[in-house]
Amino acid sequence: MRESIIMKIHYGTALAAVALVAVHILMRLTQGFAESLQYDSVITNYKFLPYAGMLEIILILLSIHGFNGLRVILLELKQGRAYEKAVSYGCIVAIIALIVYGSRTIIMVNTGMM
Amino acid sequence: MALTSGLAENSPLSSFQLITLRIARYNPEHDSAKTFMEFQIQYEKWTTVLEAILEVKKYFDHSVAVRYSCRQATCGSCGMIINGKPRLACFTKISELNSNIITVEPMNNFPIIRDLAVKFERLFDTHHKIKPYLIHDDNEITKDTKEFLQSPEELEQYIQFSNCIKCGLCNSACPTMATDSSFVGPQALAQAYRYVADSRDKGKDNRLKIIDDSHGIWRCHFAGSCSQVCPKGVDPAMGIQLLRGYMLGFRS
Repeated sequence: MRESIIMKIHYGTALAAVALVAVHILMRLTQGFAESLQYDSVITNYKFLPYAGMLEIILILLSIHGFNGLRVILLELKQGRAYEKAVSYGCIVAIIALIVYGSRTIIMVNTGMM
Repeated sequence: MALTSGLAENSPLSSFQLITLRIARYNPEHDSAKTFMEFQIQYEKWTTVLEAILEVKKYFDHSVAVRYSCRQATCGSCGMIINGKPRLACFTKISELNSNIITVEPMNNFPIIRDLAVKFERLFDTHHKIKPYLIHDDNEITKDTKEFLQSPEELEQYIQFSNCIKCGLCNSACPTMATDSSFVGPQALAQAYRYVADSRDKGKDNRLKIIDDSHGIWRCHFAGSCSQVCPKGVDPAMGIQLLRGYMLGFRS
C-alpha cells in the first residue's frame, strides 16, 4: 500500500476517534463516574448494541492509528529491508490481536457468557 | 586537545580584535573521535568565519580541511556548524556572532571526509532522484510556441524554491535526517515542490510517486529547523506542507 494511503487512514482514524471518544465521554457524563464503572452498569452498556458498536469502532480506530504511529517511529529508529518488513507485518498482527482481544468482552456479554 | 595560539605577524589587518577559533579536527581513517584545535585570530567587523579559517590555513596549520569556492553565498560549498548552528562560513560575519569563541564543526547528518569537509553524495543522490528538471512532452520549442509562457502569479508559486544552492544546511538541521538514514530530506522535498508547482512542468504524478514511500515526505515532523537555517530564504518546511496538500487532494 502506498504511504500516502496509509497516512490518509492514519489522519482519518485520528479525526474519527476524536469525534467518537467525545461522544463516549458525553455518554459517561450522563452517569456519575463511580456509578458508570460498576459491574452492572458496564454490562448494561455492552448489551446496548449501538453503544457497544461505537466502542468497537473506537477500538478499531485507535488500534490502527496507534500501531501505525508505532510503525512510523520504529521505521525512523532503524532502517533495513528485513527490519522494515518485520515492523510493518508485526504491526498488522498487533492491530488484529488487539481488536480481537478487545472485542472478546463485548462478544462474551452479548452471547451470554458473562 | 591540541592547542595552538599566536598572531599572524604579517597579517594586513590594522584595527583588529581577537577571537578564539575552535576548529573540529577529525580524520575517519586515523581518529576515533573528534578533537578541537584552538587558534587566536584577528578580525575586523567585516571578517567572515571562512576568512578566519583561511587565516588559520595560511598562517598556522595548512592541513585544516575545508571546502569553499565563491565566498559570496552562491556556490553552497562552505556549510558547517558555527557555534552550534548550521551556517555558510562565507556568509557569517564573526562580529554578528557576539561571542569571543567561535566553534566550527562539520555539518551534522553528513559523512565526514576530514575536519570540516563532508560528503555530499547522499544530498546529490536524493536531489537527482526527484528529477530536478522540467518534464514537458513538447520539449522542443516549435515555431508556434516559441516559449513556455508563465504568468507572474504562476511564477510566484515556486520562485523562492529555485533559490536553493544545494548547500545542505537544511539537511544538516533536520532531526529526521539524524535518525532516518533513508529519509529523502528537506532539500530534495523542497525541490520536488519547486518543479511540481511549476506550471510548465508535467511530471507531477511521477515526482509525487517518488516521494510517496516509507522514507519519503510523510516522515517530515515539521520541526521547521530546515527553514530557519536556509541562507537563501527558502522555506523547505512550507514546501513540504504544500506538497502534502497535493498528496492529500487539497491541491491539484
